[in-house]
Amino acid sequence: MSVQTEVRTVPSKRSERRAARARRIREPRSDRMFLICVYLLLSVFFLVVLLPLLYIVASSFSSPAAVSSGRVLFWPVEFSLRGYHAVFENPQIVQGYVNSLFYTVVGTIVSVTMTVAIAYPLSRRTLVGRNVVMTLILFTMLFTGGLIPTYLVVQSAGLLDTRWALIIPQAIGVWQVIIARTYFRTAIPDELVEAAQLDGCGDLRFLWSVVIPLAKPMIAVVALMYAIMQWNSYFDALIYLKNPDLFPLQLVLRNILILNTTGGGAVEASVVIQRQELADLLKYSLIVVASVPVLLIYPFVARYFTKGILIGAVKG
Amino acid sequence: MATLTSVRPPAGEAPRRPRKRRRERPGIVGFRRSLRRHWTLYLLMVVPLVWFVVFKYIPMSNAVLAFKSFNVTKGIWGSQWVGWQNFELFFHNPVFWNLVKNTFLLSVYTVAASFPIAIILALALNEIRNGLFKRTVQLVTYAPYFISTVVVVSMTILVLSPRLGIVNEGLGFFGVPAIDFLGNPDYFRHIYVWSDVWQTTGYSAVIYLAALSGIDPALHESARIDGATRLQRIRHVDLPGIMPTAVIILVLAVGNIMAIGFEKAFLLQNPLNLSESEIIATYVYKTGLLNADFSGATAVGLFNSVINLVLLLMVNAVAKRITGNGLWS
Repeated sequence: MSVQTEVRTVPSKRSERRAARARRIREPRSDRMFLICVYLLLSVFFLVVLLPLLYIVASSFSSPAAVSSGRVLFWPVEFSLRGYHAVFENPQIVQGYVNSLFYTVVGTIVSVTMTVAIAYPLSRRTLVGRNVVMTLILFTMLFTGGLIPTYLVVQSAGLLDTRWALIIPQAIGVWQVIIARTYFRTAIPDELVEAAQLDGCGDLRFLWSVVIPLAKPMIAVVALMYAIMQWNSYFDALIYLKNPDLFPLQLVLRNILILNTTGGGAVEASVVIQRQELADLLKYSLIVVASVPVLLIYPFVARYFTKGILIGAVKG
Repeated sequence: MATLTSVRPPAGEAPRRPRKRRRERPGIVGFRRSLRRHWTLYLLMVVPLVWFVVFKYIPMSNAVLAFKSFNVTKGIWGSQWVGWQNFELFFHNPVFWNLVKNTFLLSVYTVAASFPIAIILALALNEIRNGLFKRTVQLVTYAPYFISTVVVVSMTILVLSPRLGIVNEGLGFFGVPAIDFLGNPDYFRHIYVWSDVWQTTGYSAVIYLAALSGIDPALHESARIDGATRLQRIRHVDLPGIMPTAVIILVLAVGNIMAIGFEKAFLLQNPLNLSESEIIATYVYKTGLLNADFSGATAVGLFNSVINLVLLLMVNAVAKRITGNGLWS
């Protein structure tokens, strides 16, 4: 303001800090207490989720006797890998694992292909009738025929008790179509489409060499959603499959973990007890084995997963 | 799940920017031209569209089975019409009220428990600074969402088992005799709901966190200058900020109250807790696929779908009236 002092001393660091402290808004006293409560609350959430998981993992690495006598808490007791040996010696489980891998890989490829094939044309403005088609697709979110009518369709299509029964009837998710369409709309500018057309690039070639490379992140998210859905589902297998050789891992899990059907007739009392102990342990190891693939990749993809969920929130 | 605002009726499309080119001509002429120019795109859509017709729309038409008496040899359309008979049979069935009650209570309890807890987790996470602690809590609470229903139910059974379970170990430590949680119908709903909360809270919180990060920091700044405590800021800045998101999530949850899933209830069921755990979805499966009463089960399923659709539209209308935003805004 005043033009008196032209030579101003450069403020020292310390005085600057002091000035900054004076400028800072003072925190109300209650906030410190409140923050402590927040940290406590979050720690409770954290432990409530973590401890059951720890208990299962710790049990799976313990000895059969320790598990059966209930001595395991959150750390393995009498460390052993007996449970894991039992899991991988069980032909049912191994077969289920292989089946699940097949369903997940093939199912994801089919699902992603179909989703892109419908979502990309629907994202193009030059398509006549795209709104009608989109409405028809969205309507299936609100109203479905129901279990039995769908079952009858699968039956008359001749898919019952085939591997395709787990892949085709669930191939397209409406939610994933919405995500893909929104992404194509926002990530592919109209100018790009027009420029490609002027250069004489056909729609299919444009999709293959421009759109899909640009949409890789979205395709990865959608593929992941389908893969996890496929890996974790058991209901379709329960209703469409009778042949145990085709069972995915989740259905094998249900039979062993929930219905308690581990085969084998009993002989002596000591053998029965040993078998019971091993059957108990096997359950814990089986849970770990079944969840590891998903839990291993999840920390790396959680962020993208969240993005995918939120893409649908953008007005498309 | 985040929002369905992207779901918009046709014609309500606002152009994102002024169009440089003339719109495609409407009507049959425009369609012909568009078809000639973009026939490959239409071709791409054929297979998925056929899929939608076969696996979504044919089942809808198959739902007429609810008004017929299914005859295997004659097929769905050849079977005899019986009018509302299947529905009447169901309404007069002694299990009817119990099924509706179980479905409704289980669902309402789930919504009532998980909705506020997810918001609380998100608000708490939003209060602390980004760091290792925050990241770890988020990663761990999010994890159960990726575990399958079968595994979560198995874990629940193992943790609560009277012979091995850690919960009964703990009770035994205090001299309480072992409780068979799953064999007692009184516990069923609590087990179902709280294992659900355990599995989904972290995931739901993520959606609210995204909404919280979208709040204008200037609002928080000015509140701080005015001397607002953290709690006051949560009340007057954060909560109003996530209101639209919360309303949509609640509308969807309440609107799907009768559509509560088959998967978990079916797995947690056993003969001892059936009186509380038998819901409409599991009943449809048993009468339809296990007892082969296709028409009866279709009628029950249709009744449930229709009730649910009406409920969704009603809740949405109410939400729109009160807050001004619903689905299809």
